[in-house]
Amino acid sequence: MSRLILRALTVALDGREVVHGVSAEVSSGEWLAVIGPNGAGKSTMLRAAAGLLRHGGTVEIDGVPVSGLSPRARARRVAYAPQVPAMPPGMTVVDYVLLGRTPYLGYLAREGRRDREVAASVLDRLDLGAVTGRQLGALSGGEQQRVVLARALAQQADVLLLDEPTTALDIGHQQQVLELLDRLRLDDGLTVISSLHDLTVAGQYADALLLLVDGRAVATGRPTDVLTEATVSTHYGAAVQVSTGEDGRPLVHLVRRS
Amino acid sequence: MTRRARAISLGVAVLIVSVIAGLLVGPVHIAPGAALRWLVSLGHPPAGMSEQQAAILGNLRLPRVIVAALVGASLSASGAAYQAVFRNPLADPYLLGAAAGAGLGATIAVAFGPSDAFAVTVPVAAFIGAIAGVGLAYGLGRSSPGGRSATSLILGGIAVASFLTAVQTFVLQSRTEALQRVYSWILGQLGAASWSDLGLVLPYVLISTGTLLLHGRLLDVLAVGDDEAASLGIRAQRVRLTVLVAASLATASAVAVSGLIGFVGIVVPHIVRRLTAGSYRVVLPLSLLGGAAFLVLADVVARTAIAPAELPIGVVTAFVGAPFFAALLWISRRAIA
Repeated sequence: MSRLILRALTVALDGREVVHGVSAEVSSGEWLAVIGPNGAGKSTMLRAAAGLLRHGGTVEIDGVPVSGLSPRARARRVAYAPQVPAMPPGMTVVDYVLLGRTPYLGYLAREGRRDREVAASVLDRLDLGAVTGRQLGALSGGEQQRVVLARALAQQADVLLLDEPTTALDIGHQQQVLELLDRLRLDDGLTVISSLHDLTVAGQYADALLLLVDGRAVATGRPTDVLTEATVSTHYGAAVQVSTGEDGRPLVHLVRRS
Repeated sequence: MTRRARAISLGVAVLIVSVIAGLLVGPVHIAPGAALRWLVSLGHPPAGMSEQQAAILGNLRLPRVIVAALVGASLSASGAAYQAVFRNPLADPYLLGAAAGAGLGATIAVAFGPSDAFAVTVPVAAFIGAIAGVGLAYGLGRSSPGGRSATSLILGGIAVASFLTAVQTFVLQSRTEALQRVYSWILGQLGAASWSDLGLVLPYVLISTGTLLLHGRLLDVLAVGDDEAASLGIRAQRVRLTVLVAASLATASAVAVSGLIGFVGIVVPHIVRRLTAGSYRVVLPLSLLGGAAFLVLADVVARTAIAPAELPIGVVTAFVGAPFFAALLWISRRAIA
């Protein structure tokens, strides 16, 4: 059970600062969605939080700064999936998921029985039991996304950082993956931070939103507080209408201008 | 048996068959049964085998077959490793200046060394040259402003290779009497392979290919991208450097005893990747076995095609490799279309 805290996270890429002092707190079982216009720095912020980029400020898990951990120790606490994961087409699903066990293996060690059991149980849970021997290139987009998730779960980290986990998916597969994530974080008490470009989706699933604009957190809070017509129109330059769904969560609609 | 184990046993079987072919085929006929008994008795000529036949097997064919297998295994496994590290199917073992460095080393040994000791000085100089070439390329690639990227490494390799080749041409121009010997070395040759060659390179081949095989799983991790490798706790740069050093050592050892033999490092891993799943834990050992078998067979062709003369083995691998490669590209294009 872990609590992730970002304190004044600052990232510079090629000498130019692109994330400026972002702070956030996510508790175990909570889902924070990072939203914001294109180029706002969402991916950069997630990569920094995962410890993949040099950054200022601190990332803490349960009060321990992540930068003080060895790469292996960090990988046991934080799992990360990029927006477009590389999926070597010839690799089998089970081999790919087993890569998630890397932080538990010695440098040149091979996976043991325990690792295979973890991979098998994760595959089973994500309903991928039937495709374990299949090659990654032969999977549908929805299956691929679930396989990436399976690899992250095989890592048995309690913090999941997911960059746009549903980008390439149609609406049905999007829902499938989002529901799955929702169930997993509640069942396992996972701490989830994901970037999501679809505002309605973010409002539906996340407990809290962080609106990132030009590398600054301009609004943080519950979906109803962040997703207002005024905020969206100011920061996205878009004409929208925000209504409230049956569960009280906001629904963002695009409004035609002419 | 798992698929991996099945594939690897098949590779071992193919290698054994080619080694037997390599021992039996030649101008002097030796009956398969007699050769087998000779092998089993560890080199004591069995009844019905002449001393001369035993000497041909023991001093000529066996060391030659073993050297061919080691060279093929080294080139092919290091080719597969280079392709993994650079994520480019066309990367080959000679990419980082190993060939040019070895060529210069051999040229210097022939041009300035004592003519009665070529058998020792040429491989040693080629080995040192290959290692120096890769070292220079790596140093140059890393010191460039872009630093550390695969592209700057390859550019470093190209710069080093053209420079070393220019130096080699200069030396050859001023010492034309060395030309023919250097040229025949460049074309690749296993004809003179002896037990002493074997002793010279065996330790390096074992260490380097062993290191490569152990890195199969880590190369799979690198295959999913540097960010993900880092998020799994792996330092991608360190793995890459280790694998490059091991592959370059394997290449240098191969070049030292055989000269430059092209195509093995590209064609064999390519075929292997087509036939098996993409995990490097299968691709690396199979490339190693396949490369060994391929070169042993190519050497059989080299010494029988125009017997009693011999073809340079580099000519055979290119002669077989190039059309095969072309056919493969053609077939895959049709498969895609």
